[in-house]
Amino acid sequence: MRWEVGSALNIVSILLVVVVIAAMLIWVERRLLGIWQERLGPNRVGPLGLLQVVADMLKIFTKEDWTPPFADKFSFILAPAIIMTVVLMSFSVIPFAPGVGIIDSNIGVLFVLAMASLGAYSVMLGGLSSDNKYALLGSLRAAAQMVSYEVFMGISLLGIVALTGSFNLREIVQAQADGWYVFPQIIGFIIFLIAGVAESHRLPFDIPEAEQEICAGYHTEYSGMKFGMFFVGEYLGLVLISSLITALFFGGWLGPGFLPPIFWFALKASFFVAFFILMRAAIPRPRYDQLMRYGWLFLLPLSLVNLLVTGAVILAGSGG
Amino acid sequence: MFSLIRDTFTSQLVTLWRVFKHMFDKKDTVEYPDVQPYMFPRWRGRIILSRDPDGEERCVACNLCAVACPVDCIALQKAEDENGRWYPEFFRINFSRCIMCGFCEEACPTNAIQLTPDFEMAEYVRQDMVWEKEDLLINGTGKYHDYNFYRVAGMAVGGKDKGEAQNEAPPVDVRSLLP
Amino acid sequence: MAKIVIDGVTYEVNGDNNLLQECLSKGLDLPYFCWHPCMGSVGACRQCAVKQYRDADDQKGTLVMACMTKANDGSIISIEDEEAKKFRANVIESLMISHPHDCPVCEEGGECHLQDMTLMSGHNYRRYDRKKVTHRNQYLGPFVGHEMNRCITCYRCVRFYDDYAGGTDLAAQASHHHTYFGRQSDGFLESEFSGNLVEMCPTGVFTDATFSAHYSRKWDLQTAPSVCVGCAVGCNTTPGERYGELRRIVNRYHGDVNGYFLCDRGRFGYGFVNSAERLAESQQGKGTGRRTVSEDEAVLELNRILDGGQVIGIGSPRASVEANLALLQRVGGDNFYAGVSDAEFAQLQILKQLSGESALHAPSVREIEECDAVLVLGEDVTNTAPRIALALRQSARNRADELAAAAGIPSWQDAAVRELAQRELSPVYLLSGYATRLDDIARATVVDSAPGLTQLAQALARTLDSAAPTPAATLQEEQKQLLGSIADDLKGARRPLIVCGTGSGSEALLKAAANVARALATARGGDQAVDFCCVVPEVNSVGLVLMAGETQSLGLALKKMQAGDVQAAVVLENDLFGRAPQSQVEAALAGVGQLVAIDQLPTRTTELADLVIAGTSFAEQQGTYINYEGRAQTSMQVFMNNQAARPAWKWLRKESETTLAGLLQTAETTLEGLAGITAILPVSAAAVAGMKYPRQSHRYSGRTAIQAAANVHEGKQPEDRDSIMAFSMEGMSSQRDTAVLPNTWAPRWNSNQSVSKFLDEVGGHLRQGNPGRLLFTRNGSSAGYFEPESAAVTTGDFTLIPAYQLYGSDELSARAEVVNERLTGAYVALAPHDAQQLGVAANDLVTVSADQEALDYPVCIRRSVKPGTIVAFTPAGQFPVAGAGDQVSLSKAQGSGQARFGNLIVSDLQQEGI
Ligand code: SF4
Ligand code: SF4
Ligand code: SF4
Ligand code: SF4
Ligand code: FES
Repeated sequence: MRWEVGSALNIVSILLVVVVIAAMLIWVERRLLGIWQERLGPNRVGPLGLLQVVADMLKIFTKEDWTPPFADKFSFILAPAIIMTVVLMSFSVIPFAPGVGIIDSNIGVLFVLAMASLGAYSVMLGGLSSDNKYALLGSLRAAAQMVSYEVFMGISLLGIVALTGSFNLREIVQAQADGWYVFPQIIGFIIFLIAGVAESHRLPFDIPEAEQEICAGYHTEYSGMKFGMFFVGEYLGLVLISSLITALFFGGWLGPGFLPPIFWFALKASFFVAFFILMRAAIPRPRYDQLMRYGWLFLLPLSLVNLLVTGAVILAGSGG
Repeated sequence: MFSLIRDTFTSQLVTLWRVFKHMFDKKDTVEYPDVQPYMFPRWRGRIILSRDPDGEERCVACNLCAVACPVDCIALQKAEDENGRWYPEFFRINFSRCIMCGFCEEACPTNAIQLTPDFEMAEYVRQDMVWEKEDLLINGTGKYHDYNFYRVAGMAVGGKDKGEAQNEAPPVDVRSLLP
Repeated sequence: MAKIVIDGVTYEVNGDNNLLQECLSKGLDLPYFCWHPCMGSVGACRQCAVKQYRDADDQKGTLVMACMTKANDGSIISIEDEEAKKFRANVIESLMISHPHDCPVCEEGGECHLQDMTLMSGHNYRRYDRKKVTHRNQYLGPFVGHEMNRCITCYRCVRFYDDYAGGTDLAAQASHHHTYFGRQSDGFLESEFSGNLVEMCPTGVFTDATFSAHYSRKWDLQTAPSVCVGCAVGCNTTPGERYGELRRIVNRYHGDVNGYFLCDRGRFGYGFVNSAERLAESQQGKGTGRRTVSEDEAVLELNRILDGGQVIGIGSPRASVEANLALLQRVGGDNFYAGVSDAEFAQLQILKQLSGESALHAPSVREIEECDAVLVLGEDVTNTAPRIALALRQSARNRADELAAAAGIPSWQDAAVRELAQRELSPVYLLSGYATRLDDIARATVVDSAPGLTQLAQALARTLDSAAPTPAATLQEEQKQLLGSIADDLKGARRPLIVCGTGSGSEALLKAAANVARALATARGGDQAVDFCCVVPEVNSVGLVLMAGETQSLGLALKKMQAGDVQAAVVLENDLFGRAPQSQVEAALAGVGQLVAIDQLPTRTTELADLVIAGTSFAEQQGTYINYEGRAQTSMQVFMNNQAARPAWKWLRKESETTLAGLLQTAETTLEGLAGITAILPVSAAAVAGMKYPRQSHRYSGRTAIQAAANVHEGKQPEDRDSIMAFSMEGMSSQRDTAVLPNTWAPRWNSNQSVSKFLDEVGGHLRQGNPGRLLFTRNGSSAGYFEPESAAVTTGDFTLIPAYQLYGSDELSARAEVVNERLTGAYVALAPHDAQQLGVAANDLVTVSADQEALDYPVCIRRSVKPGTIVAFTPAGQFPVAGAGDQVSLSKAQGSGQARFGNLIVSDLQQEGI
């Protein structure tokens, strides 16, 4: 067995590690939220409450997995599977470290964007098939939100692609050896950050779920492991966005040599995970219409301007 | 326009920073049950029925608590003893429905029903959350020590005849025309 | 029409009324206590003060009592004026200075007019710190409770009890702030209408003692619009249930029938519904072999019997139209017999025949009140149709109104009108078998047996119209004089009324009464129908006779049964032993193969039945009843029987899909008499999205606790598939439609006074129309006078006159536990002279022997009884020893009886020996 892109060891360990991390995030998030809200968070199951994850898993596995009789069975079951699948697929192109990864694709960025688009189906199908007014509202919101933010997410990355001249994520990381793209592409970074949160519909942009308004939105009718899949899917999404930010803007595995590259990658990604959790702890949810207006009237022009300026600078630099 | 964008942006960053700073503050959580919290006397916990200073049941079965209850979890029936005193024949609270709002206590004209600081109300069997008068009635006056409704009301009950309540003149003699 | 301005808004009003009436009719909130639409104004409470302005320029205005001021055209008043408001607040404050701190333990609480008015007038803090006046209470009998401390001296109680209902035993006593409203001493209230005190008194002085015994607040009762089953008047009621028990009955306003009042039988006689004797489950087998059977078994067994061979059905005048129809449709019209005594059946047939006659009109209770000359023929209305007796009292007051009108005094100026009229009354003539409770308003009374009264009536008809048949007997001079003045009064009246009924027990008298009415119609010119009120005994007597064939008498059924011609007989809610002589019933039951009895309470018939089916009471089923004037009214189900009793129509229907509406629709096409009955089916016109009308008030409490003792997991509310109402708090607001209004309540008006909010004008009609429909179509002209028949001659020394009692003549109410305290038991009343001759004292037993039977009765001695007649009271459920007008012989028997004559409310009781 060797650490080499696409090896079986790679595939198995990445899958395991990613899923375990996502599961651990259940605990991490609750502890961090607690800390930032002057509480303690779960601290009673096992040391530091670490076994909370196990307890939660046990609970979610043993809970009654109820399919409402009025739901459309097929799509109701399909929906949570889609989110898990597409997010895990996205991980296949993430360059964790030299030699650590599943595919070295030269359309990596496009692949990630494509998978993100497919993710929207999960939420939409889940809500529509539930035959429940809250779920329906949730999925309508989700569809609009995800479709809109995909646009700026894509455009915000074009600057990097233009700078690197490649869609290959590994090449993008390597191209940052001289300096992280976050500096030239600060605007792109901010847009990508916001769009990423919206895409993974996490607080403050959890408008499709919005407990206080529409119960639990698209997953109102879900219970047991099907709900669990949505739940873990969301955390996977969180890890994915953090990893992408790391790779695209913060030099991926690159870092001073006293630590192995994979560590640098993990450190940077963890920072963003924590940042996203901090956002959840601090920022209130905007209204649905505010979110849409913000996207189309502010982020879209901004990302286009960013692309224009980047293009102009590249053109000027190449002396054309 | 620009300043609006700038202010919105900085305001979010400031928020993030302020929340982040909470990391270093003292936690508010009390680690119950290792540490027993201090419960204020007016805490709205488990409901009891109290007795008046003479040791009699205070509840007069007026049904006001029941009608005030937003979740309708109180049911009772009025009965009357041989001396005309009203009391509840049964008095039931379904604690599995109670939301501890305290409306019942607000509504009670006799101070009979009171919420107490006891909040440890979990049961393994849900049926055990249905309490009858036998379970609810305590042997004391609860939070309000002096009030005795029947000493104020005009009805004659055992131990208090007509005209013996607070501020009452003796019953009139209807055969007399004297002023 | 007059125009008045109230707080700057112009209203069109009836200028003859007072301002208070008009304010309330317009839906405005103006506090009041002493005024009542039926009793007028006396200005006693000073609560209804408003500001009146001389003209538009008058800024200052004067305080006037709205109830004492005519709504003259152009009046300008203000309810909202600060000074008026302050005045009203001060008045209520002073009314309340001695009011006890009782609300939580007061039965009135939550439906208290005083509470409402206190709140409305803005008095909320007690400033008076001197001692409160207190009173001792009285024991007023098993029905009405007394808590005198709560009185605000509005005088409504005595004005109702004495002035309106003619009571004599309740009065205002003492003086100044000691005024006391009660009896001379402890003892039950004598009036048949004492229960209305509960609703008349705006405070908790008079309360329903039967309700207090199992008290619930008004908002906690599950209620539905219902109809009283106590007699054939068909008063509208609101029964209330809580915890599976019927808790009370209160009046439900109906503009044509009961208005604001009920009688005590209807109000307090509901206890049979909760009786421990109730048949909770169906039973099979006789004697010791009897066992309870499940619902399914009972249905199977019933269907087996009904589908096998020759089955007859015996209907019931106390069962609903639907129950009777279900039986009729099941056994076929030829096998359906009327379960009433043969004598009554014959009388009801006459009524049916008369019901098509255009010269006659069956007046509603409200119309009776408008009649200004009344002739009562042989009916003790007070005890057979009590609410009509109360109406007759009001008709006697028409004279006072006439006098007042002549003197220019508005009729609502109660004190003035009474002062003016003194004892002047419109003519009321009472021709009856014994002294009745209406004698005090009678211009003349005649006491005689049915044959004697029949002769008088025949002669009167002849006096009125010379074409009437010649009476059989010649009269004495004074009788002729009396008939002359009766004839004159009836002819000269604005609206004369003839009251008769089945109570006399005499077919001949009923025919004679009809002749009088026809003769009167002819004498008055014939273009206007004459009011002819024929009282029938039970809630659905008219319905039954409209359904049963003309020859389908009980006697015939019993004969067939005795002859062994029928394999099975189904007796619907009926005790045959009360309908026919015991020997006859026993012989019939011996001859029939199988006897099925459907009933709610055990009777002698259910004892002997092979299959006893548990039926429901009126409160546990929906049903239609047809009253004495042919008014079909729906009584809605109040609550579900939580045992195995089911409505009779459900047991009897052939297809389980048959609905109440379906039964009526079939009946409408097959039975001529019931044409138009489907029009009364309550429809939920306003219903949105299939919602029903809730039976529980929006304040209903304990929903999640009532069942919790049995199981903390709350079950579903029982579903009601049969009606447009639900056993729930949820659904359409029934405030929109008075036909389904279970409970009168309006914002700020928690007491029954809120009824004004549902009327087109106070004391008028319900906004959406009074529910029910008159079924009699009068398009036939008279078939000509009935010919007098010579009475069948029987032997004996005394003529029998049947008597009736408010408590005891009605089978169901008599089985209520509280009513039991007021029952007398069977007795015969003798004239003092006859008693002396026989050597009997009160409560001694005498043997009354008729043709076939002889029974022992305790004796009661009444001065008014005509020598040579006996007045026999037989409680419902027993069959009298002989019919009305029959000759019987009397002999002294050993021992003494148990009759409780202390419960007899008559003015002519010979006291000694009691
Ligand atoms: S506390 Fe509130 S919910 Fe609980 S019983 Fe009292 S009124 Fe009802
Ligand atoms: S409000 Fe008080 S007195 Fe009234 S029933 Fe409830 S506990 Fe009893
Ligand atoms: S009469 Fe009315 S105001 Fe008076 S104690 Fe009773 S409920 Fe209260
Ligand atoms: S007893 Fe009732 S009706 Fe009579 S005067 Fe007093 S408050 Fe009025
Ligand atoms: S209602 Fe007018 S004075 Fe009483």
